Amino acid sequence: MPKLTIDGRPLEVPPGTNLIEAARRLGIEIPHYCYHPALSIAGQCRLCVVDIEKVPRPQVACNTVVAEGMVVHTETERVLETRKSIMEFHLINHPLDCPVCDQAGECWLQIYYMKHGLYDPRMVDEKVHKPKAVPLGPHVILDAERCILCSRCVRFCDEVTGTSELGIFHRGDRSEIGLFPGQELANKYSGNVVDICPVGALTDRDFRFQVRVWYLDTQKSICPGCARGCNIEVHVSRRRVHHAEGRRVVRLKPRFNEAVNKWWICDAGRYGSAFVDGDTRLQAPARRDGEKTLEVAWTEMIPLAAGRLRGYRADEIGILASPKLSNEDLFLLRRLCDALGVGAVDYRVPPARPGDEDDFLIRADKNANTRGAELVGLGGADSRAILAAARERRVKCLWIFCHDLLASAWPEGEVLDGLLGAETVIFQGTNANPTSAYAHLVLPAAAYPEREGTWTNFEGRVQRFRQALPPLGRALPDWEILGRLLQEVQGAPRPARAEDCFRDLAATVPAFAGMSYRSIGDAGQLVQTARP
Amino acid sequence: MKPVQRVYLREVASGLVLTARHFFVNMGRHLAHALGRTEARGAVTIQYPEERRPYAPRLRSLHRLVRREDGSPRCVACMMCETVCPAHCIYIVAGEHPNPDIEKVCTEFTIDLGKCVFCGYCVEACPEDAIRMDTGILEFSSYSRGGMIYTKETLLSLEPAGPDGKPRSPVPIPADRTP
Ligand code: SF4
Ligand code: SF4
Ligand code: SF4
Ligand code: SF4
Repeated sequence: MPKLTIDGRPLEVPPGTNLIEAARRLGIEIPHYCYHPALSIAGQCRLCVVDIEKVPRPQVACNTVVAEGMVVHTETERVLETRKSIMEFHLINHPLDCPVCDQAGECWLQIYYMKHGLYDPRMVDEKVHKPKAVPLGPHVILDAERCILCSRCVRFCDEVTGTSELGIFHRGDRSEIGLFPGQELANKYSGNVVDICPVGALTDRDFRFQVRVWYLDTQKSICPGCARGCNIEVHVSRRRVHHAEGRRVVRLKPRFNEAVNKWWICDAGRYGSAFVDGDTRLQAPARRDGEKTLEVAWTEMIPLAAGRLRGYRADEIGILASPKLSNEDLFLLRRLCDALGVGAVDYRVPPARPGDEDDFLIRADKNANTRGAELVGLGGADSRAILAAARERRVKCLWIFCHDLLASAWPEGEVLDGLLGAETVIFQGTNANPTSAYAHLVLPAAAYPEREGTWTNFEGRVQRFRQALPPLGRALPDWEILGRLLQEVQGAPRPARAEDCFRDLAATVPAFAGMSYRSIGDAGQLVQTARP
Repeated sequence: MKPVQRVYLREVASGLVLTARHFFVNMGRHLAHALGRTEARGAVTIQYPEERRPYAPRLRSLHRLVRREDGSPRCVACMMCETVCPAHCIYIVAGEHPNPDIEKVCTEFTIDLGKCVFCGYCVEACPEDAIRMDTGILEFSSYSRGGMIYTKETLLSLEPAGPDGKPRSPVPIPADRTP
């Protein structure tokens, strides 16, 4: 492995590493716009210049691979002067729209100008004007004036999605980003160009003018959209409640995980958070009494629900758990089933249409935790048989988690007969749906940004999602509802935190043996059976 | 309290002495002024509110939103003032401006003057010169908290004070401000 020196500090890196990555290992940040570790090298922005001893002129760090004995300086007077001039070039025709630009606050032009620019502008001519606020597709909007022509977006569409919608047109200072004729930026990963665009040229249409980014709080999370479990950051607006029409979760951003999603997430996941603040959110425990729906307190609801569950024989209860529940929830549900002796438990409900899938990130299974439900060892019954038993009045109490059975692949008549056949239907979930309208007891659950938990992705990687917000209304995390029910049924002390549930899970279920929230960390951890 | 203090007579007398001293000192100054000593000035009574002292040119008075030529607000809803406001009393909702060259505009701009501390930071922070505190209006008390909340329409309707510092707009009376 080549040994080299950067700013007087020696280091050894694998051959082929470029100088930006090598410096990064020492904690030295070489400023750059066009370089992105996932994309090919373009060398467009020229900002990453460094001085290398015995080389007469400054070199771009992104396109220089390390060599034995190389001595690199990133802060010489000449480098600083070059950076400053290059910043001035980048900003020559820049409109300085910051007051109306959604990127302001997380813009690399702003950051690098303050760090490496701070020159007095000498531009006296009229700036070149280009198209502004041009929608490129369903999710992305372009401001060609703000673009610094780093070509990251073009390379993303060429190299990552292979769809090649974008190109750079015209010459010189008239160059601009645009769509090829007849094209639309509508691939399944289009939102990623917003993340990699270092400036405010490409922004999200659904985030446009919603919230200023400095008002956002972030929390590490996992996308609930499919079995891949892409690592994300949830951005929530809590400080100024009148912004973004009162929505709390305003955007999702990918979070780097080498083993799962790298730098990317798909558009379905990225723009799929609306249900968290949707109108259909269930906010209070409710009991249906004939035609009336009465809101009740949890202190009333827990004994009521536990009483119903205890009031039936074990074989008169059928449970349709959900593969959207976390490992902790599913484990507590398993304990509750064991306590009640219920055997008719399943979590599989086939969707009306099979989900789309590709060979990149998107998985056909649109549930975050199917693998977890398998591993926790819940059920073994057949969900359709449970519904049939309800239709035939053999199952009298039907407990449904999250599912909308009326939107499943099962015939509507069959589902309706089952729902109407059961004496007691309990629905537990985050949002109301046509199925929950048939429930006699409604237990409102907290959505994933409102709670802690873990999901197991299709590969068997257990990943943590964390709490960014308090639950809406009086909703409670599923593990908390199940823990309270277990306490009521069994008298066992209930877990105080999701982590306690996970500790019990790890101690009981062999696949999770030896795991803890700490060992899962930010990158996730494979279950025993999936480890190489 | 001592019995002698309970009668208050001594206090009444000392109060009278104080008042009398101010009266005679000021009368002396006015007389001296009338007799040609122009640097001598006695106290005067201003018949507020009909009469007012001139305000300082940098006075921070009731806010107003500056209008463009077409009457729409200059404000582009950049949220600088909302961010800097130490009292968190500015509430802005952003939207699209009908003119695509301007792009962004405030669809709602509300200041809760009941919370405002009149620091003027909002004016300092504004990159568009869209908010000013130059109306010269100082009397906008209210019988209700709601009456202290000024909306975009009210703030846009205000004019800057005249060259004499006198307000040119009447004090806006919100609908719920009933005496
Ligand atoms: S891209 Fe950056 S520098 Fe340009 S207007 Fe937007 S925030 Fe300002
Ligand atoms: S739109 Fe953004 S990512 Fe694309 S070339 Fe311009 S600055 Fe780079
Ligand atoms: S004067 Fe100060 S407290 Fe009042 S609105 Fe402006 S920034 Fe806020
Ligand atoms: S700082 Fe000025 S332009 Fe920005 S929101 Fe406030 S008034 Fe509007």
